[in-house]
Amino acid sequence: MNPQELKEKLEALLPSPTFEEGGEWTTVFVDPATWAGSARLLRTTKELDLDYLFCVTAVDWKTHFTMVFHLSSTTHRHTLVVKIKLDHEHPEVATVSDIWRTAEFHEREAYDLMGVVFTGHPDLRRLFMTDDWNGWPLRKDYEDPVNMIKL
Amino acid sequence: MIEEVGTTELGELVVNLGPQHPSTHGVLHLVITLSGETIKKVEPHLGYIHRSIEKMCESLSYRQFIYVTSRMDYLSSHINNHGCALCVEKGMQIEVPPRAKVIRVLMDELTRLASHQLWWGAMAMDVGALTPFFHAFREREAINDIMEKTCGARLTMNYMCPGGVSFDLHPDFQKEVKAFLAFFRGKLDEYDELVTDNVIFQGRMEGVGYLSREAAISYGCSGPTARASGVSCDVRKLSPYEEVTGTGGDCFARYNVRMGEMRQSMAIIEQLIDNVPEGEFQAKTKAVLKLPKGEFYSKVETARGEFGVYIISEGATTPYRIKFRSPGFSNLSALDHMARGHKIGDLVAIMGTLDLVIPDIDR
Repeated sequence: MNPQELKEKLEALLPSPTFEEGGEWTTVFVDPATWAGSARLLRTTKELDLDYLFCVTAVDWKTHFTMVFHLSSTTHRHTLVVKIKLDHEHPEVATVSDIWRTAEFHEREAYDLMGVVFTGHPDLRRLFMTDDWNGWPLRKDYEDPVNMIKL
Repeated sequence: MIEEVGTTELGELVVNLGPQHPSTHGVLHLVITLSGETIKKVEPHLGYIHRSIEKMCESLSYRQFIYVTSRMDYLSSHINNHGCALCVEKGMQIEVPPRAKVIRVLMDELTRLASHQLWWGAMAMDVGALTPFFHAFREREAINDIMEKTCGARLTMNYMCPGGVSFDLHPDFQKEVKAFLAFFRGKLDEYDELVTDNVIFQGRMEGVGYLSREAAISYGCSGPTARASGVSCDVRKLSPYEEVTGTGGDCFARYNVRMGEMRQSMAIIEQLIDNVPEGEFQAKTKAVLKLPKGEFYSKVETARGEFGVYIISEGATTPYRIKFRSPGFSNLSALDHMARGHKIGDLVAIMGTLDLVIPDIDR
C-alpha cells in the first residue's frame, strides 16, 4: 500500500486519527484511550496486516510523553509509525503485548527507563535497572550525581 | 532475585544460569523453572552491562556518538557504525562518494564473516566440541589483521564516519583480502566436514528450539533467527544479493542459514574487491554537524539481525533522543517460547543459535 492509500484506509478504520507530515513513513497519532482497540485493528485488518513491531520508543518532551511504535507488514512491505501522546504526571497506556509478543520486552524497557505504565501488561517490572532503583533514567529531569558523568 | 531460587509448590526446581556462565557468552542471567530436566519457563534477567548508551548519546555530538555504538554489538562494530552514519547522512542529506560506499560494504561483509566465524566456534563449543573454537579463531585472526592494517583497530574499529570512512584503504588491502578468500573457501568446507555433517552434532540441533514463522514475526525476530523460520527480512536485499532463508525453524536451520550467509558474504566481497571505484573516500562535511528538526530512522543488517537507529533532532548539535533497536533484544524475547518443553542441555544449544551478544542487548 502506498502512503496515500494507507492514509485513506486509516481514516476509515481508526476513530479520529491525526497525521504528522514530513517523516519518511506515514505517521499517525492515536488517542491513548483507543490504543488497545486500534492496535488490534491494525494487526488484524487484511489490507494492513501490520504484523511486525520492530521498534518501541518512549520520548520525554518535558510537557508530555510520546510513545512511538514502528510497525511494518511482512506481506505488504509497508511501514506505519504510530504515536501516542501521554500525560507527563501519569503516563499510562494499555499494553499491546498480547497482539505483538515482542512488545512485552519493549514495554518493560519503556517502563524501566521512562516510567511509562502499561496497563494489563503480564509482567511489568524493571528490566535493566535493579529492582530497588529510584527514578526513571531516560527522563530529561533525571539527576544522579553518583552514576552520571556530565561531559 | 536470589529468593526466587528453590522449589515451587508444584515440586518444580528454580535454578540460576549465569550471570557468570560460559554458555551465556557474557553476563546474561537466566532464571529457569525445571520439572526434572524439562524446562517449564525461562526468564532472562538483563542489565548487567547496561551503560545507558542512549542517555550518553544525548550529550554527545553527531560525530562522537558513533564511536559509542561500537561498544554495543562489538562483533559487528563496523555495521553499527554504518547504521549511525547512514542516519546522520539522511538527516544532513550528505551524498556519500561511490568509493566510500564500496569500502563500507566490503568492511561490513568482512565483519559479518568474522562474527559468524566466532559464532560457529562458540556454538560448537556450547554443544561440547572444543576444537572448532580454535579453528574459528585461527581464521578470524586473518580478518582481524586486515582490519588492523586499514582501520588501526581489531575489534572496535570506528572506521565509518558521516560522509564516508575515516581514511583510505591500506595499499595491500585488496591483495590480502583475495588471499584470505582463497584460504577461507577451503576452510569453510572443512567446517562442514568437521561439524555440519557430524551425526552427533545434528542430533543435538535437529528439531530443537522450534520457532514457527508466525512466532518469529510476533516476537520481532530478525536476522538469521527469523530467516531460518522462513521470514524474508534481509535489509541488504535491494542490493544484488541472494538472501539465505530456511524453513525448518529449529536450531539446525538457524545454523545452516549462518553457514550459507558466510558463503554469500564471500561472494559479495569477491564481486566488489576488484571494482573499488577511484575517487574520494569521504564527502566534504562541516566540522560541526547540526541535524535539522525532525525524526530520522535508518536500518542495517548486522550479523545478528536488523539494527535500527532512530534519531529525534531538535536542530541542536546533539540528538534530543536517540533509540537503538538492537536485534539481539528482540531475538532474546523469543527464547522462553523456543525453550519450553526441551531439556536443560538443549537450552544451551538454542542460545548458541541465537548468537547473543549481551552488550548489544543491554546497551
